[in-house]
Amino acid sequence: MSDWKPNIVVFACNWCTYQGADLAGILRCDYPSTISIIRVPCTGCVEPEFIVAALKNGADGVFVGGCHPGDCHYQEGNNKAAARFKLLKTVLTEMGFEPDRVRMEWISGSEGKRFAETMTEFNESIERIGPNPIGRYINGG
Amino acid sequence: MADKVKLAYYLSGGCGGCDMAIIDLSENLVDLLPRLDVVFWAPTVADVKYRDLEGLPDKSIDVGLFSGMIRLSEQEHMAAIMRRKCRTLIAYGACAALGGIPGMGNMHSKEEIFQTAYFDTLSTDNPDGVIPQTRCLVDGKYELTLPEFYRYVRPLQDVAEVDYFVGGCPPHHSFVARVIPDILGGSFPAPGSWITSDKAVCALCDRNPAVKGEEMKLIKTIKRTTDGPPEEGKCLLQQGYLCLGAVTQGDCGALCPKVNIPCRGCGGPVPGVKDFGLRAISAVASLLENEELVDRIPSPVKLFYRYSLPASMLGRKIK
Ligand code: SF4
Ligand code: SF4
Ligand code: SF4
Repeated sequence: MSDWKPNIVVFACNWCTYQGADLAGILRCDYPSTISIIRVPCTGCVEPEFIVAALKNGADGVFVGGCHPGDCHYQEGNNKAAARFKLLKTVLTEMGFEPDRVRMEWISGSEGKRFAETMTEFNESIERIGPNPIGRYINGG
Repeated sequence: MADKVKLAYYLSGGCGGCDMAIIDLSENLVDLLPRLDVVFWAPTVADVKYRDLEGLPDKSIDVGLFSGMIRLSEQEHMAAIMRRKCRTLIAYGACAALGGIPGMGNMHSKEEIFQTAYFDTLSTDNPDGVIPQTRCLVDGKYELTLPEFYRYVRPLQDVAEVDYFVGGCPPHHSFVARVIPDILGGSFPAPGSWITSDKAVCALCDRNPAVKGEEMKLIKTIKRTTDGPPEEGKCLLQQGYLCLGAVTQGDCGALCPKVNIPCRGCGGPVPGVKDFGLRAISAVASLLENEELVDRIPSPVKLFYRYSLPASMLGRKIK
């Protein structure tokens, strides 16, 4: 498995984390090419189905990035997302996924450097956890 | 309709409760019988053998009701036969449509299940440590066979094309009384859909705050039914009992909340929902006052996927 590289899906809120990713680019901060960003209007619209679909289709890690508490463009979206995410994470863990395969964090539009650092760190943690076990599952495991 | 409707019924991996829901039609059933020609109903009602069904011409049966999930090779085989012989095949009841209660077995390996069933339960007496084998030779000459116990439970649509789905564990007899005449009269919705009255349990529930013009509030606590009876007339979910009526088809007429029991989703997902458990997670979590309450939800997979784990996106525990 030496040539394995993680495949990471990031759901980034348009009003904060996605801007943070933009800023990371402008500031020329490096972060791993294993990250694929999907821009969403708010973390509140990231349904549990989206995260499970990513995992089911082989994503090794899923990251949800939203606005800091109190800063949601739609007022309550990130709070609802946080409770949903926590419950989903409990369920995914019970279903056999490593808890750290999915992560949610608040990254604002001004935190470009922090976005790059967080992505680097998340990528490393997924490298430590290893490939998504769904591959073994599809082969009847 | 001039001719009688030819009906076949097969009980796969189920408990027989779905059969009972038809028997519960009582007088209605008596009225229906003259219009029916039951060509196959095994093993509960008619004295027929598998080979009798296998011997019938393909597509010679009008309607096939299939109850129960698929766990054994025999059930998979019979699903294929039912599909071949019936023009319309209906996944009848939560087990056939979603995997049902036995689908919770998908959180455990076959080995764990055998260990519990054949060794650990108090009533087991198995000094020789015998577990089911698909073949066994008796007296050196008689070969006996048993169906294979598959590693996972599957809903009917995973092994055969399903024309319609009916939810409920079992489907409520008043609903069956309404849909069976339609089915026999040949009036069906679009292929592949659920036969349902299209209303959520909440929409039919007397406790629903919206019906009383009250606002939905955030939930401050998580309660279990063992924590004492809920307040009369007040929404169970608002009191902290995790009622899943919002995402469940209410063809039962909101039966459980009427008797102080939170809906657990046996009616199947409301239209448009692909994964019942995930949508239930989303609906319940959005109402929690704080994240800490999540830790107080016991065994979430078996709560949110009580009837639908095998039909969910993941389907089973990943090892
Ligand atoms: S759906 Fe319920 S009543 Fe019907 S067979 Fe399954 S467990 Fe029994
Ligand atoms: S959540 Fe349950 S108790 Fe509340 S309105 Fe819906 S079905 Fe009724
Ligand atoms: S209230 Fe829910 S769990 Fe109870 S019978 Fe109706 S659908 Fe099933």
